[in-house]
Amino acid sequence: MNALKSAASYLTGQLRQIGLFIALIVIVIFFQVTTGGITLAPINVSNLVVQNSYILILAIGMVMVIIAGHIDLSVGSVVAFTGAMAGVMITQWHVPWPIAVVLCLVIGALVGAWQGFWIAYFGIPAFIVTLAGMLAFRGAAQIALQNQQISPFPEGFRSLGSGFLPAFGSSGYEPLTMILGFAAAAILVVTAFRGRATRRKYQLEDEPFAWFMTKLVFTVALVMYVALLLASYNGTPIVLVILGVLVVVYSLVMRSAVFGRHIYAIGGNALAAQLSGVKTKRVTFLLFVNMGVISALAGVVFTGQLNLASPSAGNGFELDAIAAVFIGGAAVTGGIGTVPGAIVGGLIIGILNNGMSILGVGTEFQSLIKGLVLLAAVAFDVFNKRRAASARK
Amino acid sequence: MPHRTAPPLRPLFQNGRRGARPHRASRSSHHARSRAQRKAVHVTDTILEMRDITKTFPGVKALQGVSIEVERGQVHAICGENGAGKSTLMKVLSGVYPAGSFEGEILLDGQPVKFSNINDSEEAGVVIIHQELALSPFLSIAENIFLGNERSKGGFIDWNKTNLAAAELLQRVGLKDNPITKIVDIGVGKQQLVEIAKALSKKVKLLILDEPTAALNDDDSAHLLELIRSLQAEGMTAIIISHKLNEIKAIADKVTIIRDGQTIETLDMHADDISENRIIRGMVGRDLSTRYPEHESTIGEELLRIEDWTVHHPLDGSREIIHQANLNVRAGEIVGIAGLMGAGRTELAMSVFGHSYGTGISGTVYKRGVPIKTNTVTAAIDNGIAYATEDRKRYGLNLLDDIKRNVSGSALGKLAKWGFVNGSEETTVARQFLKNMNIKAPTVNAVTGKLSGGNQQKVVLSKWMYADPDVLILDEPTRGIDVGAKYEIYTIINALADQGKGIIVISSELPELLGICDRIYTLSEGRITADVPRSEATPETLMQYMTQERETPVNERAQVRS
Repeated sequence: MNALKSAASYLTGQLRQIGLFIALIVIVIFFQVTTGGITLAPINVSNLVVQNSYILILAIGMVMVIIAGHIDLSVGSVVAFTGAMAGVMITQWHVPWPIAVVLCLVIGALVGAWQGFWIAYFGIPAFIVTLAGMLAFRGAAQIALQNQQISPFPEGFRSLGSGFLPAFGSSGYEPLTMILGFAAAAILVVTAFRGRATRRKYQLEDEPFAWFMTKLVFTVALVMYVALLLASYNGTPIVLVILGVLVVVYSLVMRSAVFGRHIYAIGGNALAAQLSGVKTKRVTFLLFVNMGVISALAGVVFTGQLNLASPSAGNGFELDAIAAVFIGGAAVTGGIGTVPGAIVGGLIIGILNNGMSILGVGTEFQSLIKGLVLLAAVAFDVFNKRRAASARK
Repeated sequence: MPHRTAPPLRPLFQNGRRGARPHRASRSSHHARSRAQRKAVHVTDTILEMRDITKTFPGVKALQGVSIEVERGQVHAICGENGAGKSTLMKVLSGVYPAGSFEGEILLDGQPVKFSNINDSEEAGVVIIHQELALSPFLSIAENIFLGNERSKGGFIDWNKTNLAAAELLQRVGLKDNPITKIVDIGVGKQQLVEIAKALSKKVKLLILDEPTAALNDDDSAHLLELIRSLQAEGMTAIIISHKLNEIKAIADKVTIIRDGQTIETLDMHADDISENRIIRGMVGRDLSTRYPEHESTIGEELLRIEDWTVHHPLDGSREIIHQANLNVRAGEIVGIAGLMGAGRTELAMSVFGHSYGTGISGTVYKRGVPIKTNTVTAAIDNGIAYATEDRKRYGLNLLDDIKRNVSGSALGKLAKWGFVNGSEETTVARQFLKNMNIKAPTVNAVTGKLSGGNQQKVVLSKWMYADPDVLILDEPTRGIDVGAKYEIYTIINALADQGKGIIVISSELPELLGICDRIYTLSEGRITADVPRSEATPETLMQYMTQERETPVNERAQVRS
């Protein structure tokens, strides 16, 4: 009885996380039913991954910026600008595409350094600086493209956005994807158990074993199911590999790198961080450099996927990325948020977009519904916090 | 404005519901008594009486049966050490703490009153001007005066009326500025006058001034006191809270001394020849009990020395906050800095620690006799200096994060390899502190925002102990924590000194400094006025040095500076 009670209190403590997952599942099931099974069809799952990849990539950078208590409104324009530069470099200057990609990332870093300078060292609020960047880099993209679209791109460049890992076997389930799926599942299981063992060693474990197993079985099943779906279509999208690496690296950075910890410290209490010897200006500067590089990567992926560099590319991406981060549980005031949370938030937005498109819902209603979902998610957060605060009293 | 006599009773106090209160009997008896008094002594007339006010915060009795009686037309000063309960008493009076949240009775013009917020008290003519001015910087003087009390017609502001009325009020307080001037464009002294004008606009009959001259220079202070005197001549009653005993002596008719939340005495400044020392004795007269652990310091070489340290105000570069301060601390020594609110204690410490406060900082910091740079927090930490802030919630902790990450916060590099933090080691370190410091929390994963003040303070101390500095500056290390936790903190401070660290303790509580320090510097108006060894330190001598005024008059200083 007592165990049950403590388990229940643990779960209410995790209400936000659980709620996020349940929301994701409910939305998937809803669309699976209403679209008559199209949502989870292998080709659609593959499309879902590919078509949302750049939002998810942006969400990773954005969650870090938001945890630090800032915001970046310029990412959509930076996507357009770096995509434009990729087009100019590859088709007009005939730069080999791998070099062009690297140069694009460097341009992203410079863009981030420019904005980071004004924010960190000059003290202009990020909202203003990146609003200026949103306008300026949109203009820069238009200038670079002379208001024309550029197309086509070489095969290799395109595959970054829409290609698949080389397939083995001609029919049935593609083995490489299955192997990757198994590997990912195995890594998940091992790290989960190791983490639990360490926490137990330090007597920090308060997660009921049953819940731990439920969560683990669920995630492993999800990974394997997605792998199965992908394997029965074209195999593993290259962009999924890129995304996977980013998620793993940045989760690690935010959890245990000194840099990531300083970001949380600044967002939680900038004055205290500074008086603890955190170089707040430098960290903020690097944060925006990082955001610039990530935006450039999203720009490359997006341009490759469309096989087109367009001056209007990336319009509104910043809003999707910001929405993903807040749906994923980040706090507007900074200090709170996680990379996996932002990814799940991004997936919710992606599935909403995808499902509503399949159902033929007009863009006006898509926008309306996305807005309401964002509001509901944050309202749930606020409600939760208040409940916790009043329970403490 | 002519002097207002007692206003007609507000209907609130006439209805039957109020009459049913248990105080009824005492109220009528009081009536009889005060009427009798008035007959006997014609000149005196009590405007305010606070009776047996007791205010309890969780775990602390801030006020215990405080009584005070203020006569109409007088300037009544309230004196006491920091934390004695003066501000709490004024908050009770002005309705910041609503009726019912404290025990006791407030009588205004002989009538019991119950204020449930500031609006109530202002309506009754009691207006408080807080130490931190509550003006909106980008609005004009006139807009500020009538903020929340706008001169309007049908929901639209009547600007002519507003500015005209403001100009009249400004004339009354002797301010010649145009009412449309923005608050940011006038100095702090004038802002104080605007606050008073604002109070006058509310038909004030009892004006409360909390440390009105704390942020003012000598000229502005003198002007303000002059104004209070002239308002008094018009019939205004004022309560003034001040640390500056010379001002009190100059302006007050009566002084009530509060100590440890109790009224000690009320002195009539006219009746007897009351000296500043007499007031000081009342403020500090209390025994040092065994609230401090026994400790014998083993003092070694000099660790830190600050020479000719001068700091200017961050916004007003012409205002000196710290003037040529010299101090030092040796290994194993606990050095105190005593000073009243606004003397520049925190400013001194924070300016040394990474120039975290102030501009135009000059002077030299020596570590073991070698000059060092402390112009960034990182440089200060690298040179073995740590500063634990007085405001742990604002400057000390990330309240959103857990204990272990707060503990490792200032020395994360010690736990990291290739830029990544070793989580297990971090947990181990935090667990040790949890145990050694007796931090009461379930695990090191507990969020610091949910801990009690004492435990939060221990987390802050742990953070700096983990950084392993040579010199620790502790700013108000026991502020807002209970007696038991205080004792533990003192024990920790002693242990740190025994490890050969130099400790500087800044505190508003003289008994605390006398109880734990080997040597005490006194700070008054940004100047170090004395360096008193423990054996010679008494509350009286310290208080004398803490209230000591500058030796050089204003114009002479100006010459020296130019």
